[in-house]
Amino acid sequence: MRTTTTDLAALAAALRAAVGADRVISDRQELRTYECDGLAQYKVVPALVALPADAAQCAAVVRACVAAGVPFVARGSGTGLSGGALPHADGVLIVTSRMRDIIEVAPEDERAVVQPGVINLAVSRAANPHGHYYAPDPSSQQICSIGGNLAENSGGAHCLKYGFTAHHITGIELVTPDGDRVRLGGRAPDAPGYDLLGAFIGSEGTLGIATEVTVRLTRLPESVRTLLAAFDSTDQAGAATSAIIAAGVVPAAVEMMDALAISAAEAAVHCGYPAGAGAVLIVELDGPEPEVAAQFDQVERLCRDNRAFEIRIAADDAERALFWKGRKSAFAAVGRISPDYIVQDGVIPRTALPEVLRRIGELSAERGIRVANVFHAGDGNLHPLVLFDAAVDGQAERAEEVSGAILDLCVRHGGSITGEHGVGMDKAKYLPRMFSADDLDTMQLLRCAFDPAGLANPGKIFPTPRLCGEVPGRRKGVHPAQEAGLAEVF
Amino acid sequence: MPADRTLDRLRAACREAGTDDPSAVGPARSAPRPAPAAAPGSDGPGPVRAAGERDTVAGLPARYVAAPRDTRQAAALLRAAADLDLAVTFRGGGTKLDWGNPPRRLDLILDTTGLAGVVEHAAGDLITVVRAGTRLDALAATLAGAGQQLALDASPPGGTVGGAVATNAGGPRRMLYGTVRDLLIGVTLVRADGVVAHAGGKVVKNVAGYDLGKLVTGAYGTLGLVTECAFRLHPLPAAAAYVTRRVGDPAQAGRLAATVRAAQLVPAALEVDMPAGGPAAVTVLLEGTPAGVAARAEAARRLLGADTTVADAPPRGWGQHPWHAGDTGLKLTAALSGVPRLLTDARAAADRHHLPLALRGSAGVGVLHAGVPGTADPDRVAGLVDELRTATAAVAGHAVVLTAPAAVRDRVDLWGPVDGLALMRRVKQRFDPDARLAPGRFVGGI
Repeated sequence: MRTTTTDLAALAAALRAAVGADRVISDRQELRTYECDGLAQYKVVPALVALPADAAQCAAVVRACVAAGVPFVARGSGTGLSGGALPHADGVLIVTSRMRDIIEVAPEDERAVVQPGVINLAVSRAANPHGHYYAPDPSSQQICSIGGNLAENSGGAHCLKYGFTAHHITGIELVTPDGDRVRLGGRAPDAPGYDLLGAFIGSEGTLGIATEVTVRLTRLPESVRTLLAAFDSTDQAGAATSAIIAAGVVPAAVEMMDALAISAAEAAVHCGYPAGAGAVLIVELDGPEPEVAAQFDQVERLCRDNRAFEIRIAADDAERALFWKGRKSAFAAVGRISPDYIVQDGVIPRTALPEVLRRIGELSAERGIRVANVFHAGDGNLHPLVLFDAAVDGQAERAEEVSGAILDLCVRHGGSITGEHGVGMDKAKYLPRMFSADDLDTMQLLRCAFDPAGLANPGKIFPTPRLCGEVPGRRKGVHPAQEAGLAEVF
Repeated sequence: MPADRTLDRLRAACREAGTDDPSAVGPARSAPRPAPAAAPGSDGPGPVRAAGERDTVAGLPARYVAAPRDTRQAAALLRAAADLDLAVTFRGGGTKLDWGNPPRRLDLILDTTGLAGVVEHAAGDLITVVRAGTRLDALAATLAGAGQQLALDASPPGGTVGGAVATNAGGPRRMLYGTVRDLLIGVTLVRADGVVAHAGGKVVKNVAGYDLGKLVTGAYGTLGLVTECAFRLHPLPAAAAYVTRRVGDPAQAGRLAATVRAAQLVPAALEVDMPAGGPAAVTVLLEGTPAGVAARAEAARRLLGADTTVADAPPRGWGQHPWHAGDTGLKLTAALSGVPRLLTDARAAADRHHLPLALRGSAGVGVLHAGVPGTADPDRVAGLVDELRTATAAVAGHAVVLTAPAAVRDRVDLWGPVDGLALMRRVKQRFDPDARLAPGRFVGGI
């Protein structure tokens, strides 16, 4: 399917009628502003961009796309790291940045109701005066949007204890790929029927667009204590993590960085981590004061038992912020020590950490590609930063190979190819390494139920689209012409 | 087709399936497999038999019962059932088999109790992979050996993992740990057409592919058969304290619950118990370290005021539904701030209908259960259900009748209004286009 110039002009007119003339972008230069998300190596200029102001406008935009048979892609702040919001060349990019109202903060219900373009941190800022916050805290929380978080089921450093976006959203209004407005869930738990809300969260924009989100607010903890422990090796730091978990402690966060990641962070933000460390751990406990007090001493002891050579305890919020500054800036910081890098996101069972890190080290040595390791050690979510110089012949390809091999390693150890960044465009080709054709086919039954025409963010997540057909059931085989026709859509 | 030939076909399907379990990919990819209990097709009754007197679902008799021993057999049976156009209902411990509507059609009960056993317990990773027919109490005993738990308070006892998933079970401690949907990290399921599929995995943090685990959780077995589950585990707490305060009326119970939520106690549970005609109570469960729990229990005691007791064992009825077999049992939900009003309105509605109404549930979450004796006049019960629907709607919640005597079922819509029903029908149609999996049991006749 190719969209002709005439079709496009008609669609642009329909979009202008839906959202206002100044909220539709069709100028090629302006469109280029939206050619990529946080994963900048993929670039596609969308045919049109629409910026609806509310749910009704968003539904009207989707209906216009449906009428024209044109795909659409939703985009929040564009910070995603898997190309989930990469535009479709023949499609409409629906940007939610005008939908930024915090509709209500209801501490008595432990809920807030927000539009999808609201920034993650803004929810906590609005809830803080009432003694609450919004728990999921991706590193990009100062700029990423709730709608994007929902699409990706975003995590963050504190999801070891508090869970992911899926655990903190209790209701949405969405625009379905047909352009209908539907409510799922709400302020009360356990709405009757299938948990379509649970299935929608993390569906990366392939099942529709959330236009209103009801989030759970969490009580601000009475006590927060943070320590930074330096070790000679990642093995020791890993052993300390295991000991903490084995002791029955559930920290709010356990983060690890290796020597290369530390040196990058040092160069970028001067976080002052202990010199000569082969690994640092940041361990944070929060909760009722007497619980935190009892467990914090235990954690400190377990770090020493596992040969931490230096332990620093944050005396106040400023010191805690400094500990976290090195960690949270790590991705950007490697830019100081390498012209180019790939941010990888894989998951392993936590106990496989020493073995997997050893193998990553071997891969790195074999290929002559440096890898800096930053990870959520508590839940086995690795963020290897694969460093390379695109100007050097062959390095980009070798970096890509190392990056892919790391994902294979994760799958081989019973883990996942993505813990929080999503599959998007970037990892669709890796999904079959984790799931069989039947698994993927079954997942796409859900997609077909929501989006039989395949217009919502096509080409993301699934390497091969399923043909939905008009009537599902026992029909077998598809006419090749039909297959070819649909293949072009994607 | 005569009944005996259908039986033969089902038995043949089992035989041909063999015993090698193909489910060892996805969540259980690298897990060691337990040996099968017995070779199918060998002498003995085998996994398929004609239904007996007790093989009914909400009063509807089945024709056949099959108890597959592994995912492959289950898949072969469901494929054969598809070919034979048999309507199938899944059965685990059978403790909630009368929940929901009776199926419109029933030929085969697929009994999951042969799909039992812990496939993997990776204590260091705080996860387990377990077969769906495993009893929750057996699983708890296994995990306790490592000081760990699947943090679900499922009621009544005797239920299986699969049943807990099908009904999205959760009890008092859902306030801290959530329900099945929050703890399930991977799933193996067999579709209505017999295809085996996996979603999720065995790591807690994982956003690869759609989360079909959430889709089948609470689906009452209408989308597919869950044969294996991976769960996130939690450490067993070193100490626990139950702090209980008797209360005079629903409004006071609601006020106390709000006070507890506003404090810094981080309870594992905050329950209210209002038996019909008996004394009501609010109980706070605190879990943690011995020193921490002692300090928090003292703080809770001061907060709740006079006549507060602290115990290390739960009060009577803790985590149990406030009804018995044969009664009408409901689930009432509310926005948190609406819990006091819902308690008051529900009690007032019961008084107007001259019905004894027992209320018990999670004031800290907004989920209450309500029971009315099965001997009560069904017209009155139907009137009460109507009023409870109005009362829950006023606090952004729902009233669902989980179980009821036939005379009550005839008079009420068990599920009530459902948002997104059209989308749900479309999902059902994709997963079970011939409507053979517990047809009619779920919302909107799904």
